[in-house]
Amino acid sequence: MLALVISHLLVALLLPPVAMRHTRAAYLVAALPPAAALCWALAHAAAVLAGDQPVERVTWSATLGLEFVFRLDTLALVMTLLVSGIGVLVLLYSRWYFETPSGDAKRSAPLLLAFAGAMFGLVLADHLLTLYIFWELTTICSFLLVGQSGVSRESRRASLQALLVTTLGGLVMLLGFIVLGETSGTYRISRLAAEPPTGSAAAIATGLILVGAFTKSAQVPFHNWLPAAMVAPTPISAYLHAASMVKAGVFLIGRLTPVLSEVSYLPVVTAVFGLVTMFVGGWRALREYDLKLLLAYGTISQLGFLMVLAGSGSYTGELALAGMLLAHGAFKATLFLVIGIVDHQTGTRDIRELSGVGRRLPWVATVAALAAMSMAGVPPMIGFVAKEAAFEAYLGAGPAVAVEVGLVLGSVLTVAYTARLLVGGFASKRDTMPTEVHPPPVGMLLPPAVTALLCLALGVAYPVTDELAATYAERAVGHSGEYHLGLWHGFNLPLALSLITLLGGLALAAYNAGLNRLRDRLPSPLDAQRGYERVMGSLERLAVGVTGRVQVGSLPTYLGIILLTVLAVPGSVLLIRVTPIEQLRWWDNVLQLPLALVILIAAAGVVRATRRITAVLLVGVIGYAIGGMFIVGGGPDLALTQFLVETLTLIAFVLVLRRLPARFTETPSSRRVRLPKVLISLAGGVFVGFAALIFSSARDTPSAVSREYLEHAEEGTSATNVVNAIIIDFRAFDTVGELSVLAVAATGVASLVLSARSARRRKHARSDWESLSTAGRAPGERGGKGRT
Amino acid sequence: MNTVNLTMAIVLGGLYATGFYLLLQRSLMRVLLGIVILGHGANLLLQLAGGSQAGRPPMLGDAPIERMADPLPQAMALTAIVITFALTTFLLALAYRAWQLLGHDEVQDDVEDRRIRRLEAELAEADEETERELDSEATR
Repeated sequence: MLALVISHLLVALLLPPVAMRHTRAAYLVAALPPAAALCWALAHAAAVLAGDQPVERVTWSATLGLEFVFRLDTLALVMTLLVSGIGVLVLLYSRWYFETPSGDAKRSAPLLLAFAGAMFGLVLADHLLTLYIFWELTTICSFLLVGQSGVSRESRRASLQALLVTTLGGLVMLLGFIVLGETSGTYRISRLAAEPPTGSAAAIATGLILVGAFTKSAQVPFHNWLPAAMVAPTPISAYLHAASMVKAGVFLIGRLTPVLSEVSYLPVVTAVFGLVTMFVGGWRALREYDLKLLLAYGTISQLGFLMVLAGSGSYTGELALAGMLLAHGAFKATLFLVIGIVDHQTGTRDIRELSGVGRRLPWVATVAALAAMSMAGVPPMIGFVAKEAAFEAYLGAGPAVAVEVGLVLGSVLTVAYTARLLVGGFASKRDTMPTEVHPPPVGMLLPPAVTALLCLALGVAYPVTDELAATYAERAVGHSGEYHLGLWHGFNLPLALSLITLLGGLALAAYNAGLNRLRDRLPSPLDAQRGYERVMGSLERLAVGVTGRVQVGSLPTYLGIILLTVLAVPGSVLLIRVTPIEQLRWWDNVLQLPLALVILIAAAGVVRATRRITAVLLVGVIGYAIGGMFIVGGGPDLALTQFLVETLTLIAFVLVLRRLPARFTETPSSRRVRLPKVLISLAGGVFVGFAALIFSSARDTPSAVSREYLEHAEEGTSATNVVNAIIIDFRAFDTVGELSVLAVAATGVASLVLSARSARRRKHARSDWESLSTAGRAPGERGGKGRT
Repeated sequence: MNTVNLTMAIVLGGLYATGFYLLLQRSLMRVLLGIVILGHGANLLLQLAGGSQAGRPPMLGDAPIERMADPLPQAMALTAIVITFALTTFLLALAYRAWQLLGHDEVQDDVEDRRIRRLEAELAEADEETERELDSEATR
């Protein structure tokens, strides 16, 4: 499995150079890995249905418990058939669809293949983090495929919206995964399914995961990125935004059904959101004139339907889900590809401009009709079979009735927009000129024809479909049921509901024009697109507001804030934990008093100094006095170093001061600015003084390390000066580090000073030259030119 | 035994207060002097932390081990002194270069940040205006 996933990504990586030269051949090459995956899945189908599940594990960090785990179970098999099967067909179709020299064509082949690989990995993943990685890979592929070259503003906005919405959901979902994995102790989905987590952690994780599933599967209120993404070329919309990627959310809920079986609110939430999505999508689809947008809203509606089924948690519901996943993949891919052909051959997708296409392209229309029948739920198509099962799943009393009514109403809308699509796209209209059409190449019609026949075949050969779906449903809910997918269950309520749906939908389609006039008059207070734009706008506004207030750009303000934080946080802790300071005394050595006086007076002098040299000299005084303190405190080495360094520092300062003005040039700040600075600095000083008292009183014995050094200095290093022994022997590497700091600083100083000098020299040379030439004494080229 | 005495605590407070105040100034030279003074304060603090009242240098043979100053903080302070020196000269070179290139040695506000502040002010004004308009419409 891993080899197959990697082969997708590897070929995608090697494909761009091929696509640059032989774009059409690149699509054929790109179709190979998905074809291999499809064959592999079919070869294992019998074994998987019998209960044997191939597993592959690659551990990439054993200590962190991170691993790639792939498992081919029934759900993965269903999804692989969809992802790889439709992938192959879409890639073959793309060979004809794209204009060959275009950049889109060259870009899309490797990206589509990479997407197929990511999707393949996603459906096989048996580890939450593996799943997350592939989940986000599909998002990135979608961003690149929608955005394409990024030239048009519309595609940039659409791709960004898709990216932002789905990654937001993805991040929230990751949080849910982590909650789930950490509380249960494993990220393996199969292990989690064996012992479903319970309690509030599982409930919270479910809520977070649902956000991810809802954004990816375009559920209300996150649905609007999907119609926006329709700016992508049609094969991409067909593959990513109809057949595979948008199903990832539904797939995830189906995948986690056994894991989340203890979470009681899951079916309710998915039913509510799913039904609302089903309505909103269907309602909007009835209003669209662009065939592709109509289909996009149809997809949203169908995703809502799938979401209801995925969350149902009942045997029949899961059975219907598996059937519906296959059905939707097949008919939606067909319809998108057909719309692509119509668009490609006529140059328009607008219902108001198309007329008589069906008569001119009878085969295309037949293919579309087959798929549309499946979408509307007409027997003997797979769509009918799956919808019957869905109606069956919600037979019963109580809240189930509400869901059943919702599903029927949603399906009525589905039938209505299906009719609108067929009539609008292919019928001859009296008041419209017949559209000019060129017949499509056979290769372009073949892929949708295959999927359309699949709609029929899966329905007619329902025992095969049922075996697949029933195995999945049984494993998902843990027990089997009596219901089976089939074309005929006798005269029962689901059949009646199917009939009502069809008739109601046709009636609605017939009166849709009048309804549209009514709809236009209704106010639409809740527009998801406007909501998204408003959120993004206020986010940007907030960013400017926060940056404008926080980033004032003044260094003193920043430093002041840092100091205040120090005072507020460690300072308040210091105040709260006042332990009595023992052995408080004024001095240890009388000599400390005069030195302290010198230091304090010099410090006050530095603050008040207006001449640079005064300030520098006073700082030198402080340095020497501190050297004195070192002597008094028992650190002769320290004192020596301090005197030496202080002298060197003074020399360096004086060298620089030669070139600077004698006085500080900054404009004296006003009292209003100065006072807070004084107060903050004084508070900082008090804080440090107190901290020194308290910290040093907490330390009653010299550290064990120091003792070791004292005891072993003589035998270890044959030195009697222990400080020396530490610096040169015990901690010699620290000293090496210190030396390198010195070397780096010296290099920096040298380069700064020398570059300044050479710049000055160049400047001098140029000005000398110019003065010479303007005076006309030098017979230089410049002077000569100046005269002529 | 190791508590810093009051005089030294006052000296430390004074050094840090001076250092902080200079750090908050606009002149690069003053900021640099602030850093130097803060360095002095820190070194002194390190050395004092090793026990201030022993007064006996850590030289073997001069005194029993129990009465010696703690050598470890001294070694650290020694390293710190040298590194402060390196830092000081480097900053000094930077300040000098800034003087050469810009003709002054003042720390100025960040231009980009100022631009964002102006944008924020404009946006806030625009927001208020639209609100006022909405209000007046509502009253009408």
